[in-house]
Amino acid sequence: MHGLINSAIKSFICATYGRGRWRRVAELAGIDPGNFEAMLHHDEEHGRRILSVLCEDLGRGQAELLEDLGTFLVSHPRMAALRRLLRFGGESYVDFLYSLDELAGRARLAVPDLRLPALELWDCGEGRYTLICHPGLDGYGSVMTGLLRAMADDYGALVVLDHEMPDQGQEVIRISLVEPAFAEGRDFALGARGA
Amino acid sequence: MTESAVVDGLLAALCPMHLLLDPTGHVRRAGATLQKLRPGLALEGLRFLDLFEPLRPRAVSSMADLCAAPGGLLRVRFRAPPRTTLKGMILPLPQGQGAVVNLSFGISLVDAVREHDLTGADFAPTDLAIELLYLVEANAAVMDVSRRLNLRLQGAMVAAERRAFTDTLTGLRNRRAMGHVLDRMVGAAVPFALMHLDLDHFKTVNDTLGHAAGDHVLRRAAREMVSEIRDRDMVARIGGDEFVLILDSVTDRDRLAAIAGRLIAKLERPVPWRGTECRISASIGIAFWPEDDAPDPATLLHRADLALYAAKRAGRGRFRFYEPGMEQAGALPGAGPPAAG
Repeated sequence: MHGLINSAIKSFICATYGRGRWRRVAELAGIDPGNFEAMLHHDEEHGRRILSVLCEDLGRGQAELLEDLGTFLVSHPRMAALRRLLRFGGESYVDFLYSLDELAGRARLAVPDLRLPALELWDCGEGRYTLICHPGLDGYGSVMTGLLRAMADDYGALVVLDHEMPDQGQEVIRISLVEPAFAEGRDFALGARGA
Repeated sequence: MTESAVVDGLLAALCPMHLLLDPTGHVRRAGATLQKLRPGLALEGLRFLDLFEPLRPRAVSSMADLCAAPGGLLRVRFRAPPRTTLKGMILPLPQGQGAVVNLSFGISLVDAVREHDLTGADFAPTDLAIELLYLVEANAAVMDVSRRLNLRLQGAMVAAERRAFTDTLTGLRNRRAMGHVLDRMVGAAVPFALMHLDLDHFKTVNDTLGHAAGDHVLRRAAREMVSEIRDRDMVARIGGDEFVLILDSVTDRDRLAAIAGRLIAKLERPVPWRGTECRISASIGIAFWPEDDAPDPATLLHRADLALYAAKRAGRGRFRFYEPGMEQAGALPGAGPPAAG
């Protein structure tokens, strides 16, 4: 697993539940909390263990927690850079949805050894879309659900999301675009780098 | 729809930064994005060479010169600020009907997008501009993560280095650190005194009261020694109950005798330990650098060792200065009698 993914998990836990909780969860999972750096490769098992310990500690389901993680990746001020990179996907929420087909490619363009599962968007007509998350990263569908919800807010679109749990590893997210321009949305200027 | 209207429509959709020039080199039509770069100035009707300063080719003064650009390749800069540079291509139309110029930002894209507040809609969908901007930002974000990681790793390295030069029990420098300091002082040719200090009766404390008491006594002894030296001096624990003090620029025997005497007196004060008392003393051997012969660090340590041995033989709880000839006076501990402790 890429260190960036583990690092995102760590940032999420620290920002949402505090550093104390992070240290405790890492300890309970038997993982050195200081040895969880981005850009280095890590044991995939570490990320899994941290998440399952956290769920147990909080008494929450994993899918729900991962949705929060997805939302965190877009909406937390610390993640402003990632949110901007996602906004490069398009001018509107629909453009953004279509850009998900190449999300894995974009990720690899930025970080050549970061492998994310493929995503496939299907237009079902009348503002309904289906996003197929290919296997490769446990819980990716849940994270994407949270991320899609937060990006809808970012674009000012009103959507209803329905995450169908996997049968054979392939997760499906059903997206109903109720209103593309429901609210103001957040500012995005192409040239506002670092802002 | 006439043929030229179709062409105009295609150009507008595919090349939002094109200019259609008439035979005299005046703008007949301008792409929407190019027009956006000059708000409040209608491009249509302006002379191309009044609008732009040609950079490639440079010697251009007419429409004919422009159309003769090798390969049709152009680089131009707006004459009025913001003076964005653009690259482009000119394609003369048949029968002298003018020319089409298609322009792009090239390498100035990042600045231009910020300066002119462009959006994704200002670029043709096939244009790689957005991908380039994405890549620039992604690269910056990744560099940032990488830089922060490097800083953390550097911090860890500094901590590890400090540990490698520190005696963990007392917090004093260790033998390695002492070796480095000694090499540096000898290299810099600064006069100094070196004290080799050995605790007396320490083994008895350890044997009768246990290691915890021994550790306690060592930590107390370390504090006493630190309190006796200045910032520029150094004290290191180089073995179980052996210490080295390096006193920068101190070569006065009376002063050193006073320091050594005070040290011994402090170390002889009983150390309370769990309802009882630990009693130790110390013997000290002192050598100087440079003396007459500027000895190397190993020789200097050996001399301090000889002086220490002489102090021990004289009855412990004492100090001795190294004197030439001590090498012959008796064998070192370990090489013969009597045993030190």
